[in-house]
Amino acid sequence: MTPVATPFFFYLFAAIMLIGGILVITRKNPVHSALALIVALLAQASIYLMLYAPFVAGVQIILYAGGIMVLFLFVIMLVSIERSMKERQFNSQWVAGTVAAVALGGLFIAVYAKAEKIFPHHAIRITPDELLNTQGVASMLYGQYMFAFEIASLLLLVAIIGAVVMAKKRI
Amino acid sequence: MPLPLSIFILVSVIKSAIVLGVLLTAVAYTVWLERKVVGHMQNRWGPTRVGPFGLLQPAADGIKFLFKEDLTPPHVYKPLFIAAPMMALIFALTSISVIPFGNSFTFGPFSVPQFLPFHYEMPFHWGGAVIGPYSIPFQITDVNIGLLMILGVTSMGVYGVALAGWSSNNKYSLLGGLRASAQMVSYEIALGLSLVGVLIQSGSFSLRAIVDAQGGHFWGFIPRWNIFHWQFIGFFIYLMAAYAETNRIPFDLPEAETELVAGYHTEYSAMKFAMFFMAEYTNMITVGCVATLLFFGGWHGPLFGPPLVQALLPVFWFAAKIFCFLFLYIWVRGTLPRFRYDQLMSFGWKFLLPLAIANLVATAIFVAW
Repeated sequence: MTPVATPFFFYLFAAIMLIGGILVITRKNPVHSALALIVALLAQASIYLMLYAPFVAGVQIILYAGGIMVLFLFVIMLVSIERSMKERQFNSQWVAGTVAAVALGGLFIAVYAKAEKIFPHHAIRITPDELLNTQGVASMLYGQYMFAFEIASLLLLVAIIGAVVMAKKRI
Repeated sequence: MPLPLSIFILVSVIKSAIVLGVLLTAVAYTVWLERKVVGHMQNRWGPTRVGPFGLLQPAADGIKFLFKEDLTPPHVYKPLFIAAPMMALIFALTSISVIPFGNSFTFGPFSVPQFLPFHYEMPFHWGGAVIGPYSIPFQITDVNIGLLMILGVTSMGVYGVALAGWSSNNKYSLLGGLRASAQMVSYEIALGLSLVGVLIQSGSFSLRAIVDAQGGHFWGFIPRWNIFHWQFIGFFIYLMAAYAETNRIPFDLPEAETELVAGYHTEYSAMKFAMFFMAEYTNMITVGCVATLLFFGGWHGPLFGPPLVQALLPVFWFAAKIFCFLFLYIWVRGTLPRFRYDQLMSFGWKFLLPLAIANLVATAIFVAW
């Protein structure tokens, strides 16, 4: 089927994502924040689907929404919510945070304004053939970006070993 | 001939209604089957009073659930307490939408009778045009990442259980919810890896393509199903991980009644409890569907008879295979005791996961050969 009402769905999911993201940092109850983050991640997966990237969307749901967020919730469930609700919220790094946010926003605006130069038209290859999406991701990862992929896997291995070393009392 | 949009939407709505109706009926009668089979295994009769062989017992249970008092304890966190059973049931029912249960059903071409005032493609066009043939697959929607979608939706299902445990504000519920989330996250890895072997062999995420790759026979009589095609280890890993994912005996630690009252649904009553119950049985059926599609050749089976029978037999074979799987579930429930929690974790992480990785590597080498 050809896509139907694409702009409508894009703005819908983008709005859900933004509202979810704002709720994550404004809610006092950490369980609410976690749920808002799950909603934002799901909306992001929907946008991936609209970009003809079904594999990335599936992995996003399985890993982030269904895996990592469960672990987040797992930790939050053991925290005493009543106490943390009464505590005054503070953030001593708001100056640095504002500077970083402004810089990132400026970068986004700059990229958006110069999009034609940074991403020339011939560089954007949208393959509407969704069937080849998984194979395409795999051949990119194991071909063109092999080095970066292996470095990432090495980093993850180090993180795993670190987690085991920290969790075990006696090696 | 592709379907026009309006007819496509109509057909999808009808298919969804039929599939949901059949699924919920199957859920109700799986409960009946379980009570009956476990009863006979324990030298009892099981339900006999309502209807012949107790066949109307599910209807009686449903009515009872609807009319029972729906208690909401005062100490719970209300919004999530109400939302949790809904989440559990919605995610359980969603995953059925991508499961194919047969080939496609072709009808047409036929001509629109002259007396019809219009037909949908050209409104106000006076009949007489020839439309079709249309081919409607036995599936609500055929997405090419069907398997990933099922895994994703089932991995979201853990939120219903975890949030129910947390929002009940009760130590037994919280422990049940924590156990459930830890168990489901742990076994999801082994479950996913056990399926990768099949994916490598068939080269697609589409459930339809995976089933199509399993047609035919070895040496003329052994069906070319993936379980006979080197994936028997993968199937056993899947089977055990699936028991853990659906919180069934021997892995029903989240609702271990001797330790945790009823686990995460201790505080739930009436229809909210029934929703958890339905979600659990729907998950059993989904897991059975995936096992059938990936390891037992889906709807492949002997075909005979007139064309209409030939069109419907694949659906029958598919249902029969799922029935065998559900019977196995109940059989295991009537036979095995429950694991201890540390045994459950070490079994998942130290036995199933390495075995699944070994199976994956072996399959990859075998296919690349």
